Amino acid sequence: MPKVIYRNVSGDEREVDVPVGWSLMEAAIQNDIEGIVAECGGGCACATCHVYVDLSQVNELPEIGDMEGDMLECTACERTPNSRLSCQIRMTEELDGLVVDIPERQT
Amino acid sequence: MSAPFVVVGAGQAGMQVCDTLRKSGYEGDLILFGDESGLPYQRPPLSKAYLGGELDASRLLFRPADYFAKHNIDIRTAQAVVAIDRSTSTITLDNGDSLAYDKLALTTGTRVRQLNCPGSDLDDIYYVRSLDDSNQLAARLESAASVTIIGGGFIGLEVASQARKLGKQVTVIEAQSRLMERAVSETVSAFYLQLHQRNEVDVRLGTGVKAIERDDGGSLCIRLSDGGEVISDLVVAGIGVVTNSEIAEAAGLECDNGIVVDEFACTSDPAIVSAGDCTMHFNGFLQQRIRLESVQNAVDQAKTAAQSMLGQRTPYVQVPWFWSDQYDVKLQMAGITSDHDEHVVRGDTAAGTFSIFYFRDGKLLGADSVNSPADHMACRRLLSGGKELDPRSAADTTINLMQLAKG
Repeated sequence: MPKVIYRNVSGDEREVDVPVGWSLMEAAIQNDIEGIVAECGGGCACATCHVYVDLSQVNELPEIGDMEGDMLECTACERTPNSRLSCQIRMTEELDGLVVDIPERQT
Repeated sequence: MSAPFVVVGAGQAGMQVCDTLRKSGYEGDLILFGDESGLPYQRPPLSKAYLGGELDASRLLFRPADYFAKHNIDIRTAQAVVAIDRSTSTITLDNGDSLAYDKLALTTGTRVRQLNCPGSDLDDIYYVRSLDDSNQLAARLESAASVTIIGGGFIGLEVASQARKLGKQVTVIEAQSRLMERAVSETVSAFYLQLHQRNEVDVRLGTGVKAIERDDGGSLCIRLSDGGEVISDLVVAGIGVVTNSEIAEAAGLECDNGIVVDEFACTSDPAIVSAGDCTMHFNGFLQQRIRLESVQNAVDQAKTAAQSMLGQRTPYVQVPWFWSDQYDVKLQMAGITSDHDEHVVRGDTAAGTFSIFYFRDGKLLGADSVNSPADHMACRRLLSGGKELDPRSAADTTINLMQLAKG
């Protein structure tokens, strides 16, 4: 199963198996990763599952949709070019080894 | 050793109380009671993606199974709490056992309001509240060709949208003159009427259900108060909820369309807090008493309730917000807007990308946003920051509302 590495602001890393088709948000919740809040449960409606994708890998991801782009303007921590909402990133075999940083806060 | 903190009800609010207690450093015993079997799960997808078969049940869980052991939360599923004895600070369980508490949180939520017309006890009438309900409905939908939905509110319309995606013939019956009448304004109702009609839903407004009968062919015949009738394989009713406040009421806690709590989520007994759909609560942002059925309310009020259990008083002052997914359209609502005396449209209603901003005496009350999440987020931020927004600027799409909110 492909893996994702979640890294918090202190630099602690957790490697998690993510089933293909799951979102990175769901995998974080189901593995009790702190710092991904996901108040709306994955509806692209709350901007509390913000992550920073490793810069070297950000271009491997599908493009940011209109809705996600709008919501990224509303994150609690600053939006940067590698900002994504983890509920909108679906896991694929190709994304195996993806590293995402969790921002300091979500609300 | 002191008695445990006890949380009654393992929905969104109950889970949040437990989570906040542990994150706030509470190290004492913590027991979470849920009356359903299985681990606590999210309800919103039950009428949305889950009903349409887009998710499996494991993806609905709030937390993985090992979360409870890891955080030392003693979760007791399929166990109902039937009574509270405040004089001895004990609760009674449905198996007759009693248990002492130090602090008690009531996060008992609501249950569906049942139809009470003749024929409402027939088979093939469904409700959507629990995972079990959603599973049963999904299974029955598979073999059905047609479904009638009684109630044109969020649940009914979300089910309608999923049933259309599955290719079923769908009729919606709504007693009010417009859809989602309690929650949104006429412009938004009109947009959603068109949306459902465009998706070939037969929407009947302003008519009630007189009776449901089984016809000779084995289908259900829904007789309407306007004299019409609809024939369907099954009926789904989404006609509101009733609060689970009986144990609170029986224990002498103040109740009024829900368990009455103050802005600290405290009931009339200082040892007992309550949060979520079951509360008639004071919201410091709204400066009014209100009962709300939403994830936001459950989460934010539960945080306040947990703090109160720990003796830290943080008032509940959050801006209410809601959302609903129907077809590929996302509706997001911010604030409580029913008292507005003025509204403006921002965006393009014909294109299906717009928000309605509501005002009273020139003051922003909130907004309903259709496929316009940025407007929604900006509105929430404007409201929580106490920022002014005049109607003209709200309607002007050249003005960036988020910048205004942040500035």
